[in-house]
Amino acid sequence: MPVTSVNVQHLTKRFGETLALDDITFDAGKGELFGFIGPDGAGKTTLFRIMTTLLLPDAGICKVEGYDVVKDYRKIRSICGYMPGKFSLYHDLTVEENLNFFATIFGTTIRENYDLVKEIYQQIEPFKDRKAGKLSGGMKQKLALSCAMIHKPEILFLDEPTTGVDAVSRLEFWEMLKRLKRSGITILVSTPYMDEAGLCDRVALMQNGRIMTINTPRNIIRNYPLSLLSVKAGDIYRLLGDLRKYPDVHSVYPFGQSAHVAFHGPDIEKESLEKFLNKKNHDVVEIMQVEATIEDCFMELMKTPGEVINH
Amino acid sequence: MRTILYIIQKEFLQVFRNKSMLPIIFVVPIVQLIILVNAATYEMKHIRLSVVDFDLSGTSRKLVSKFQGSPFYEIRSAHFSYREAEDQMKRGNIDMILQVPAGFEKGLLKENRAKVQFVINAINGQSAGLINAYSTMILLDYNRELLIEIVNPAMLAGTRNIQTDYSYWYNPKLNYKTYMVPGILVLLVTIIGLLLSGMNIVREMEIGTIEQINVTPINKIQFITGKLMPFWIIGLFELAFGLAVGKLLFDIPLEGNLGLIFMSASVYLFVILSFGLLISTITQTQQQAMLVSFFFMVVFILMSGLFTSIESMPLWAQNLDRLNPLMYFIKIMRMVLLKGSGFADISHHFWSLVVYAVFSLSLAILRYRKVS
Repeated sequence: MPVTSVNVQHLTKRFGETLALDDITFDAGKGELFGFIGPDGAGKTTLFRIMTTLLLPDAGICKVEGYDVVKDYRKIRSICGYMPGKFSLYHDLTVEENLNFFATIFGTTIRENYDLVKEIYQQIEPFKDRKAGKLSGGMKQKLALSCAMIHKPEILFLDEPTTGVDAVSRLEFWEMLKRLKRSGITILVSTPYMDEAGLCDRVALMQNGRIMTINTPRNIIRNYPLSLLSVKAGDIYRLLGDLRKYPDVHSVYPFGQSAHVAFHGPDIEKESLEKFLNKKNHDVVEIMQVEATIEDCFMELMKTPGEVINH
Repeated sequence: MRTILYIIQKEFLQVFRNKSMLPIIFVVPIVQLIILVNAATYEMKHIRLSVVDFDLSGTSRKLVSKFQGSPFYEIRSAHFSYREAEDQMKRGNIDMILQVPAGFEKGLLKENRAKVQFVINAINGQSAGLINAYSTMILLDYNRELLIEIVNPAMLAGTRNIQTDYSYWYNPKLNYKTYMVPGILVLLVTIIGLLLSGMNIVREMEIGTIEQINVTPINKIQFITGKLMPFWIIGLFELAFGLAVGKLLFDIPLEGNLGLIFMSASVYLFVILSFGLLISTITQTQQQAMLVSFFFMVVFILMSGLFTSIESMPLWAQNLDRLNPLMYFIKIMRMVLLKGSGFADISHHFWSLVVYAVFSLSLAILRYRKVS
């Protein structure tokens, strides 16, 4: 195990009746790009707010770079960069003024750490006199990342940085993260998009305040216990209903344009399934054996709430 | 220190970039002074009067003409039936009925006594009181003239007589505007201080920038100082601007030391700004902050002695008013500006404000939390 950057043990947070975080335990190594994947309401933001000292946990331990979030919150605040999910820079200040402001309150200057944000900031520098509120989504995000980076943090917390950003900007953003990672900075990022999981070193799949599994994306997929068929047909809605009636089916759910059907065991009866569907008057376009994606793993984990496996 | 200066600089940048801010700072004081000072007046001019004269004698006519000659009265109608006059009162056309009974002159001459009746519309108790006072004064005056005229002046020489003469101090012309301007200025400083400071922090909560600020290493003293100083400066500027407008438009007297005014104002602004800060700690949106501020402002203003005199309030209210920062500052303003009071005269009010400022500022700082 490499040096730990974030160490969380049995973290619990309650808002009234709702259990926002339920016994969360994980470690993120130094220099790791660690992702938290889960739908809205999974507890990602709550977890991030605790790690960034904005929220006090009810129980459990949370340490960032060895500092306790409750006792040493001051230390953490000077070494971490945080980018909240909601764009939260000053709309009425220009790009440059925003960056300057955050540099100053961290006791540094743009010039001093320019190298660090150069790559990202250069892309928005042509618009440095534009008000932040008038930027496009992708540019806002770059500005926010620059502001979170300007004080040379040891660790970055990015809470849903790609939510509400177009596909191209999303990809671009992940490219930036990869390059940042090379400079040795630890990055914790959360996202509701399953397809982004593959871009992380390790991911934690979250649901209802719990971490269902933590592993590298590759291992999560390798541990998928089922065989998977992708079925395409004209009437997808009717198809889903009929597939559920097929014997031995473990689960059926829509996946983009097709339906994913999961079976127990490695024996795939493609032909008999096709026959079954033809009998029900489906014009089957294709039936294909596919490899599981993170989303398939997520769907499966949601069905079988089991023990958390921490690798 | 550099951080604080930078936050202040940033605040100013935002304030002046806000398009509605400059009008608020420059137009509001002028409009408020012009409208409020001219409108909020207790001077009774044009008291609408109906006369019901059943006597119709020279003496009664003289009394009526006495009212007619006064600048305060305006005789709207004369009636020969009291009911008609009362009807006018009911319709809201007149404020007062002067009724002179039949046999008024005869009574005066023969029995040395006679009666007249004032009927005053007292829906507004304060103005009714004033009308009564004015009318009584006219009647007294009339009485004296009557004595000289009817009774033998030689006889009068022998009787002892106390004559009252009065002069009004500190506001010799009883100019209501002179009295109102200092109070309105306090109102102005209060609105600017309370609304802007409270709303400013809540706005950062609304936009979410407070989250971003909270994860930075700046401590809350730095943050609060950086947030309050701009409005403290704007508040003092507002007062200077308002005083200048007051001097130019209304020629208000500036008897006392202006330094004393600004010294008190700077303490007073701390009280008001901490109130704003406190409100921002208990609210989440600008709308809530606005409503809470309004609640406090209405209570404070109505009990401040701006419109009604504090001395005429019930004792419990007067005691409660010790918690009203506006009351102290309005008193200081009036004392220094109109009366030319020195520090010794206002020291009680001044130190009360100092105590208040220390208390409210500490409370606000304690209440303000960077962690939720």
